[in-house]
This record gives sequence, structure tokens and C-alpha cells, in this order.
Amino acid sequence: MNQLVHRLPKPFDNAPLEIVPHRVPWGLSGLAVFAFFAVPWLGSDYWLNAILIPFLVLSLAGLGLNLLTGYAGQTSVGAAGFMAVGAFATYGLLLRVPGLPLPVALIGGGLIAAAVGWVFGIPSARIKGFYLMVTTLAAQFFLEWVFTKFPWFYNNASSGTISAPRLELLGVDLSSPVGRYLLTLVTVALLTWVAVNLVRSQIGRNWMAIRDMDTAAAVIGIRVERDKRRAFAVSSFYLGIAGALWAFAYLGTASAGSFDINRSFQILFIIIIGGMGSIAGNFIGAAFISLLPIVLSYAGQALLGGSVDAGQIQNLQKMIFGTLIIWFLVKEPDGLVRLIASLREKLAVWPLRF
Amino acid sequence: MTGSSKLSILAAALMLSTFGSTSLARAAPNEQFFPLATYRVGAYASSGIPVWAGMIDYLRYINEVEGGVNGVKFVWQECESEWTAEKGIECYERFKKGLDGAPVAIYHPNGAPAAYALSDKAAADRIPLITLGYGRTEATDGSVFPHNFPVMLTFYSEASVFINYVAQQEGGFDKLKGKKIATVYHDSAYGRETQGPLDLLAKKYGFENIQIPVADPGNEQSAQWRQVRQAKPDWVFLRTWGVSTPVAIKTAARFGFPANRIVGDIWASSNEDVLPAGDAGKGYLALTPYPGGAEFEIHKRIKQHILDKGKSDLKDPKSFGSVYYNSGLINAAIAVEAIRAGQKKFGNRPLTGDEGRWGLENLNVDDARLKQIGFHGLMQPLKLSCNDHEGGGAAKVQQWDGAKWNLVTDWVHADRKTLRPLIDAKSAAYAKEKGITPRDCSKES
Repeated sequence: MNQLVHRLPKPFDNAPLEIVPHRVPWGLSGLAVFAFFAVPWLGSDYWLNAILIPFLVLSLAGLGLNLLTGYAGQTSVGAAGFMAVGAFATYGLLLRVPGLPLPVALIGGGLIAAAVGWVFGIPSARIKGFYLMVTTLAAQFFLEWVFTKFPWFYNNASSGTISAPRLELLGVDLSSPVGRYLLTLVTVALLTWVAVNLVRSQIGRNWMAIRDMDTAAAVIGIRVERDKRRAFAVSSFYLGIAGALWAFAYLGTASAGSFDINRSFQILFIIIIGGMGSIAGNFIGAAFISLLPIVLSYAGQALLGGSVDAGQIQNLQKMIFGTLIIWFLVKEPDGLVRLIASLREKLAVWPLRF
Repeated sequence: MTGSSKLSILAAALMLSTFGSTSLARAAPNEQFFPLATYRVGAYASSGIPVWAGMIDYLRYINEVEGGVNGVKFVWQECESEWTAEKGIECYERFKKGLDGAPVAIYHPNGAPAAYALSDKAAADRIPLITLGYGRTEATDGSVFPHNFPVMLTFYSEASVFINYVAQQEGGFDKLKGKKIATVYHDSAYGRETQGPLDLLAKKYGFENIQIPVADPGNEQSAQWRQVRQAKPDWVFLRTWGVSTPVAIKTAARFGFPANRIVGDIWASSNEDVLPAGDAGKGYLALTPYPGGAEFEIHKRIKQHILDKGKSDLKDPKSFGSVYYNSGLINAAIAVEAIRAGQKKFGNRPLTGDEGRWGLENLNVDDARLKQIGFHGLMQPLKLSCNDHEGGGAAKVQQWDGAKWNLVTDWVHADRKTLRPLIDAKSAAYAKEKGITPRDCSKES
């Protein structure tokens, strides 16, 4: 037998050590410093409670769904159901396990949500596309029903609502707006960092291969079913933590109704408008979905308040909001993140276009 | 690039209008801010719109005819809450610091999700919340919930009023023994809330308590009413809301259950609930703390000074005196009277949230006062205290004749003493869960 020797070309001494030149992300670091140090000083209760905290939580939820839908290609309309699992599980852990620190309860809630997500991911082995979407729809309704039907989940409260038992870490009370903001920010920053690395890792690459063509992915040796279920579990972990933050850091209370199908759609719209298969897109999409109505509301109040019927102002805002969504999606179906990127490219060569 | 430039112009216009121009409702130093978290769009807009009209008309009447409360005029601004928690929080945060120096004394969350979400936030900001006919029942215990006021009629009292009405009709509490009373309820937190009190009352009076859930949204109820027909109850307590109410009335008629044996609860008692049911709704009963009708004294005053002068917020004059319009009047009147009570202690000036809370806890609107303000018959006497944030606990029963509601009883009072231990147990559990030390009500002045 001929001995076949595989020979790699000899490495060049001057070959670049990194394929992509490493740049220090000054802009992102600046933003992080601003968010961590300046915002708590500058932000009023209104900015923290009504704008920044929901924006961050929705971004995290978008991130969770984007891992499943944007990266692994599994459409889901059950996002809010998994958020509910996270919220109720975290509540249950804090209530029933005395002395459990908050981060552990949050992660525990996320893990329970991940387990539930894994179970609801099992059908993804057999069905795809719209049919899989219907099973996630079933998950949404089933989970909502569970958290209404069984009073054990909400500690037999007469109103069926759960409220944040204690938000403290190492004896520091986190129930003030700044405390809740920092809790949310730290969680979101950590999980975003994990997600960025996850999608660059083997798992993330497997997901993208499955998204692009699952038969081809199977051919090159990716265990498609396992990776799909993994995507469900990881996505639900993110959504579960987002749900717990939504309930305790933002609303302060929650019931099954806080996680209804409309919330699922809201999160789906965030990733569609922000950009599927993009991490930054979630933040941009969440900003668009959660902040634009508020801007419109102020604008309506200031421009027309008092002179035009209040109901008509509200309906007008809804119309402008809807029109803007359609306009953006017609302009750039890949979402706002793509729109911004192409704008940057255009600006880089402006005014000398070739 | 025309698209982008258009967009930037639009964006600039929005920015400018947001930060540049001033609000039309600019407050003078001696004004009290009355925040209005309304819902004029969304699924519940049709019931909301007459409520805001009632509130705004009453505030206008107080400002323009009575010259404010002891000279302190109201200024108000709206914020769309869409009946959701998150928009409700946004509105609350926007309003809690007041408007151009006019402080907030009392806040109406106007919607159950917002009321629950704001409960803790309002306690931290020391702003009292009025939740008339909804909200946490256990907040009746003001020692644990200093800033929540589920005034007039909680869901527990509502259940008790219903049983007391049935006893009246049957000829006494002893006649309840062996009777079958079914509750057809919307399967949600709201629908389940009366299970505890009905259980307790069933044990006390010996009637059979049948609970039949209707899944949301409830636009198909054949199964439930077949179950009702099989059980043959003597009375049905209908605790549905939205679309499930007219569907229930129609389905009951189809299964031959008489409408005059169905008593709707507070959220199944409006014109909008029975009109879609058509003829099936004739004879349908409903209990409500704010009965419909435009013949009360306050309606005459508002008609003369506001409606006839074209100053009303009401777009559809037919809604004048509807159940929801009247609920707006009563909601506003409670706040106005609480501010009046607070001014007796703190002086005739705009009040802060804490002073508004004191005013609410020392509110005493008796029959004489109700006659003065023109609400006699429309609103029940209301006396709140630190220990009792509900006050009244009574409702009237009205009957639909196919065109309008007619009152068939006077105030039917709830048996609040029997239910109080249930409420105390719930509030104690809440205090334990949250680590709240209840304040001592005997030390409150």
C-alpha cells in the first residue's frame, strides 16, 4: 500500500496570527461604561423604571428567541410561555427555598425554563416550519393555562399574581430603581457576552448550518435533532431569565396574563424588525418596539393634546407606528441592523461612490 | 435618498415636538394634578371611553361651577395605558412627580394589571391608588396595604352581596339550605377570586356551591350551559367579562335557563354587556356599586352646566348616565371628597400623595354629604379608615328590560364580618411573604 502522506503547506513565518484583526471595541466599551456608571447617576425614576429596564429585558428576550429562530432557524411563537416558566420558577425558588441568593434563584429559574423548553423542543425532530410553530403555539397556551389553573404556582394568592419576594444580593437591597436597573444591566450584559461567544462556537456554527439546510448539516455530521433541542433549551434559558426580570425587576408583579400570546408576538417582532441572526439586532429591535410608541405618545400629547379628541390621537399614534414598521421592512427586510450597516457602508465612501 | 431624508424630517419633527413645545395644560401654583391613565384604544376601549368622560365631566363641573375644591382647581392630562401593566407603569412614572408643579394626591391605575404592578411602586412613592371594583381584595386591610384602596366593593363583598340578594329573594337565609347556586366564571384570576368566599358562605348557609369555568375568551359556551341545565341550579352567578357575558346570556336562553335567575357581577353589568344579547337579555339581573341611570341629582347639574354648554367629553350623548359613565363620576367624586377631607387637616391647598392617603383614610361620605354633592342613590355611603380600605361593601341589583337598566333593590349589603377573617389571612400571608410589618392602626390619627 502506498503510504499516503497528508501534507499541509508549511506555515509561513509571516502568516497572520489572527484571521480577523482584533480591534478594541471602543464604542461598545464606552457604551458599557456609560450604562454602568453614568446612567445610575443621571437617570431619573422615569428613565430607569419606564424606559431602560423594559428595554433591556425585552432585548434579552429577543436575544433568547433570536438564538432559536435567527440562529437555529426554528420558528417559535411560544416565547412568552417560557418567560412565564422562568418568572414562576424563580418566584417559587425564592419563596420555598429560604436563604437562596437571588442570582442562584434566577439561574435556577432559567434552568427550569430550559428543561421545559427542551421538552417542547422534542417535536422539532420530526416537524419543521409552520408545523413546528403550531407546537410552540400550543406550548404558549398550555403554559399560560398551567399558571392560571394551579394555585400552587402563585402561592394561592386570591388574585393569581406573584410579586417579587425580596430583591437583595449580599445584604444589599436592590428594590430601588437604580438597584433593579443594575441587576438587569449586569444580567443582560453577562448573558449577551455568553451569547456572542456561543454563536461563534461549535454549537452556534452547528445551529447556523441547520438553519441554512438541515439535510446538508446532517450530511457533514452534525447531530441535527440534538442541536435543535439544545437550541430550544438555551433559548428557553434566556427567555426564562428575561421573564423573571420582567416580572420582578420591571413590573414588580406578574400573572399568567403578563405572558400572553401578545408578548410572544412582541418578541417575535423585535427580532424581525431588529434583525434575525444578529445579536445587536435584538437591542435595536427592542428599542424600536418599546421606545417609539413612547416618543409618539409625547409627540401626540405635545402637538395635539387638548385640541384633538384624545382617542383619535391614540389611534393616530398606532397608525404611525404601524406605518413605520411596514416602511422599514419594505426598505430593508433583513431588519434595522442591516439598514444601519448599509448606511454605515454608504457613509464610509461618501461622497465618492463608485 | 429621498426616503431617508423624509424619514429624517419626520424624526426631527417628532423630536422637536417632544421636547420643544409645551403642554397645553399648564398648571398654576394652586392646582391639583389629576392624572388620567386612560385606555382609548385596544380591546376595552369601548368600556373605557365613557368612564373617562364621566371623570372629566365631573372634574370640569367641580372646576367651573364650584370653583374647585376650596379654591384649588384640578388640572388633568391623559396617558394611554392600553389596559396593560407596562404602559400603565410608563404612565404612572410619567405622572407621579406631578404636572408643572401641581402635585398628585391620588392615582387611579384604571386596569387590573396596572393596579397590581403599581402596588409596590406606589407604596415606595407614597401615592395612594384607588381601585374601584377591582384590585387586590386583601388590600382592604390597610395596615398591610397603606396605599391601596379597593373602595366600595371588593370581589369578596360582591360574592356576599349576591348570596344576600338570593336570600332576600328566597325569603331568608334559612331558605338557602339545600339550594343549588352555580357560578359561571371567566377562568382567570379575576374569575377565581370569589371561590374562597362562596365556599365559606356555602358552609355557613348550607347551599350547594357549583363552580363552572369558562375558558378565555368564552365565545362558545354550550358545554358550560349544558352543565348548568343538568345541575338545575336555582340561581346562577355570572362572573364573566367582555365578550363572554353576552354569549353566556344568549346561550342560557338557548338552553332554557331563565334570564331573571342569572345575576351578573360588577364586570357583567353594563349596557355593553347586554345589548349584544338582544331579546335574550330581557330580565337579566346584575349587581353594581354604580347603577346606571341619568335621573340622579348630579346628572341634572352636569347636564345643565357641562353637557348643555357643549363642554362634555362625551362623544355619544346616549352614554350619558350609562353604567360606565356613572362609574367615572363616582371614581372622580371619591378622589375629590378625599382631597376635601385631606384639606381639613392640611389646609386649603393642593395635597401630596401622603396627604391624599390621609384624606382617603379619613373619608366619611354619609347620606347627608351624598345629598349635598348630588350623588344620593347613585353612590353608597362610604367611610374608610386605616383598618378598612373598602368602606361600603354594598351594591344595588338592576334588571335589564331590553332598553335600559331598572333598579330592583336598594343597597344590598355584604356580610363583611364573616369574610374579614379570610381577608386578614390573605393579607397576613402577603405581609409574611414580603416581610412587611403591619402598621398599628390604633396609632393612626
